[in-house]
Amino acid sequence: MSIQTFAQKALAKAAGLQNVSIGSTVDARPDKILSHDNTAAISTIFNQFGLENVLQPEKLVVTLDHAAPPPTPIHARNHAEVRKFVARHNIEHFFEVGRGICHQVISEEALILPGQLIIGADSHTTHFGWLGAFGAGVGRTEIAALWATGELWMRVPNSILVKLTGQLNSSVTTKDLCLHLIGQVSSDGGLYASIEFCGESISELSIDSRTVIPNMMAELGAKNAYLPPDKQVFEWLANKLKHRLSVEAISKLAIYPDIGATYSEVIEIDLEKLEPQVSVPHQVDNVQPISVVAGKQVDQVFIGTCTNGRLEDISIAAEILRGQKIATGTRMIIIPASSQVLRSAIDLGYISILLEAGATLGTPGCGPCMGNHLGIPAAGEICMSTGNRNFRGRMGEPDAEIYLASPAVAAATALTGTITDPRSLEVS
Amino acid sequence: MNFSGQIWKYGNDINTDVIFPGKYTYTLRDPKEMGKHALEDLDPEFASNVQIGDIIFAGKNFGNGSSREQAVVCLKAAGVSAVVAISFARIWYRNAINNGLPAIICPEAVKAAVHGKHATVNIGGQVINMQDQTYSFPPFSETATEILKYGSLIGYIQNKLADIGD
Repeated sequence: MSIQTFAQKALAKAAGLQNVSIGSTVDARPDKILSHDNTAAISTIFNQFGLENVLQPEKLVVTLDHAAPPPTPIHARNHAEVRKFVARHNIEHFFEVGRGICHQVISEEALILPGQLIIGADSHTTHFGWLGAFGAGVGRTEIAALWATGELWMRVPNSILVKLTGQLNSSVTTKDLCLHLIGQVSSDGGLYASIEFCGESISELSIDSRTVIPNMMAELGAKNAYLPPDKQVFEWLANKLKHRLSVEAISKLAIYPDIGATYSEVIEIDLEKLEPQVSVPHQVDNVQPISVVAGKQVDQVFIGTCTNGRLEDISIAAEILRGQKIATGTRMIIIPASSQVLRSAIDLGYISILLEAGATLGTPGCGPCMGNHLGIPAAGEICMSTGNRNFRGRMGEPDAEIYLASPAVAAATALTGTITDPRSLEVS
Repeated sequence: MNFSGQIWKYGNDINTDVIFPGKYTYTLRDPKEMGKHALEDLDPEFASNVQIGDIIFAGKNFGNGSSREQAVVCLKAAGVSAVVAISFARIWYRNAINNGLPAIICPEAVKAAVHGKHATVNIGGQVINMQDQTYSFPPFSETATEILKYGSLIGYIQNKLADIGD
């Protein structure tokens, strides 16, 4: 057997082959097929195939998260159509308004395991690399085709190896790592590629910190991204499965690249050298160290999304805002990535701290990230977001400006009303 | 297959949010309606002035960002016959082929293209003609050629399912 990357091994497995070469095309059969509010539109395409039933209803996962709860009657009708579809086709893995963002919910429900393949009608399906799965996004028609046939043509991507060394300093997060990398190699630096991380630094990162990394690799143009899963990942998944699968059984599913596998590029990043980063309008790869943009007035701070709406992110914000008030003239919106995150944040007192500071709370879901609702900025306003995209008009208003940063930077910014380095708030 | 039309030339990293804003993704389902918002946040003049057959020329990484297929459908509905770029974002490229919109990689043609001038694309001959010059582009992959032959992924799958039925 030849020496292979993670992507080669994972796609060979999904295609039922022993090994595959980089650049070849395979017919892959995903373990799960993800869609969300777009399920209604996909079902209209599916109906054109003239089939009675979807081939494997147990593989479908459907969440209502992108415009949930519905902001208009048109959105409400869309959700009603989705509910009709899941009832008609007996879709067991259906998650209602408020359960949370697809990528977080599928992780929490452990519907995807290491070494598996998930294809989603969502560009951030790269997310599932955090647990050692292969996740890739496609458009609506391809999801309809997958519902019909169960398979998808995929080109085996070249892989880029990212070696992480050292440990993150205090107030520096994996979001800063991602923004730094995207700024360095630009928004097409990983076009079509599998971004495969390695290094002992990874085992020191919490699960919440890890999930940010493959999620953000969508902004490099990547097909998928991968972190080598360890015991922490297997235990996390076994707990979520209430031990219906043992830690050992899950660990046996994991796929690791071979030593000596072929990488088109090798990038080394020393985590210790990173400082807080900010992505400046209107391109994600327009990245600056925080010192360059510090002091800029901000109207709205948004903490949430599939990138940075997890418990650790909310705890960072609560820690910074504990016993303090958000600056006058600045508003702060917190949207937990899931109902489980929200519940834990309430139980641990973070939500009380944030409400006391003057923040407000939205229903778990995507919130204003893609401009549907729950926090659209006005023309001329500036929003500091923990999300993943700052393209013109992304949050619904083309004449608003979006800055992207970590939850630590976002919370520090809410406190002062201007872009603030969280390290400047630390007690020496 | 030949296409002929006016050149609309844009820069690098034309993302799906400026091609088709996210705020319309769950409210607009009719391609004609989508076409009215094509490139809304990049070039407000585009949707009202584009003619059937017109061709977009753009820099690197065209269509980066969201997986939303409307970022292809809206251009097609607006009348665009092909997009020529230095490179394409992965999901946008698949969506284009799957909707029968030729996405052509030809950096030389992009460099030479002049906004507002005329261009002709010959898919079978793999050439673009502009201002008495000819630019060749590489062939589509086997799968992409098959999908384009059936007009879209829907046509391709319908054919595949009919084969299974036989």
